Amino acid sequence: MNHLPQAWGRPRDEVYGAYDHSHFQNAGPNQHTQQPIVTGTSVIAAKFKDGVVIAADNLASYGSLARFTDVKRLRKFNSEVVVGFGGDVSDMQYLDRLLNSLDIRENYSSTDTPLNAKNLHTYLAKVMYKRRSDFNPLWNHLLIAGLDGESKPFLASADLLGTTFSAPTLATGFGAHLAQPILRRTLPDEASVANVNKEDAVKLIKECMKVLFYRDARSLDKYSIAIITKEGVELKENEKLENQSWAFAETIRGYGTQVN
Amino acid sequence: MSALFSLAPPQGGPGYSFNQTPTTAPSGERQHGFYPYADNGGSTLGISGADFTILAGDTRSTNGYSINTRYAPKLFKIGGEGPDNKGARIVLSVVGFAADGEALKERLDTIVKMYKYQHGKPMSVSACAQRLSHILYNKRFFPYYVHAILGGLDEEGKGALYSYDPVGSYEREQCRAAGAAASLIMPFLDNQVNFKNQYIPGSGTGHELKAREAQPLPQPHVEDLVRDAFTSAVERHIEVGDGLQMMIITAQGIQETFTPLKQD
Repeated sequence: MNHLPQAWGRPRDEVYGAYDHSHFQNAGPNQHTQQPIVTGTSVIAAKFKDGVVIAADNLASYGSLARFTDVKRLRKFNSEVVVGFGGDVSDMQYLDRLLNSLDIRENYSSTDTPLNAKNLHTYLAKVMYKRRSDFNPLWNHLLIAGLDGESKPFLASADLLGTTFSAPTLATGFGAHLAQPILRRTLPDEASVANVNKEDAVKLIKECMKVLFYRDARSLDKYSIAIITKEGVELKENEKLENQSWAFAETIRGYGTQVN
Repeated sequence: MSALFSLAPPQGGPGYSFNQTPTTAPSGERQHGFYPYADNGGSTLGISGADFTILAGDTRSTNGYSINTRYAPKLFKIGGEGPDNKGARIVLSVVGFAADGEALKERLDTIVKMYKYQHGKPMSVSACAQRLSHILYNKRFFPYYVHAILGGLDEEGKGALYSYDPVGSYEREQCRAAGAAASLIMPFLDNQVNFKNQYIPGSGTGHELKAREAQPLPQPHVEDLVRDAFTSAVERHIEVGDGLQMMIITAQGIQETFTPLKQD
């Protein structure tokens, strides 16, 4: 026994040698996210006359490795808001916990109107902007889909820089290049939203998920889709892509395994 | 036991013999960093007249070659009442990094609203202009990456227009273009608003030529100039387009208009 209480119960240096503390870096600098590690690919969404449809596949990639094939990237917040997450999965899980605590706080508070999609978008955008201003970003691109304070369809995005924007159709990641042009064919402007019903919107989104599966190497044919209307949220987390046709693949020349 | 005493005594923390803990980050090449800014494109412009000020901006928001949305306003009413800024007499336009623009707008708007709450009178444009400069300068070492233009009417009822750089240098001007197509629009404005390179015909030869004097322009003429400036900028700049939002500040209040632009 020695007179240093800190040494009690520890392996004795003269027996085991000095303890290697290098793994225990509490005196080192704070570490910030410099790049995403396990990532989710595109999230796509479109407004229609009574609400919003949003979809994302169930894959979490580790670089080019399809690491987790059952990750739910759509999160229902309440009966009128769904958040879709693209980008780093651990940051998504952090935001998920943050939204849980926000929800609990809201349920204990005396306000009787629940947070709507517009409120939640403002909140998440401020979280994202604060984190980027601290040089400690949450490496995500979020789509917030639901209904605003007047029960009208609401769809907006917030990214790791805190940039926000809203449009009748939105897509993150690869979807911004592949799906957005297809979505804009049907929904070019805010006025066209009134001409699209739920069935058309769901069909359109499913078509885009198929295009994304064909062309995005970090995608999966298993996906989640949510439909938000006044009646509530209809969330399906185990959808499978239907009517795939790879016939077009044969006509592609110039790269791949064919000889000529 | 002797090994224990050979080490430095613990200092402050709960740890024992933590003197081997590295206190510096692992050195070596940093492969990839986080860049906290983005360029969201677009252009804004402001022109002041004898009894009005016009601010205008396109509504396209871009990121690289992608269009985020075709309708993202860059013009914001400052002050007034409530979230819709009812009765506001000042307009702020911001172009550059949209998230910083939004944050800047929210800060200025709350300040102007608090001013009215505390002093019982609306803030003057010149006071608001100087406050905006201070907000920008306060973030001198991590700037709001925006080019701001502030418009309103001064104490004499004349059109007032102030333009800023990202770190708060500001100046009152007759006209200013900012953003992606500033270099395309500004020379046009110099010529058409301040009559630069315009001479009175037959007033002499060479250095005797009299320059045409700049004078305040009528409001409908300025509106035409703004529309011409933007339709031309849309043709030559890929980050400008989709829609033109205009705010006209007169003694009667703020009139807002929207004109579609080409979406290509």
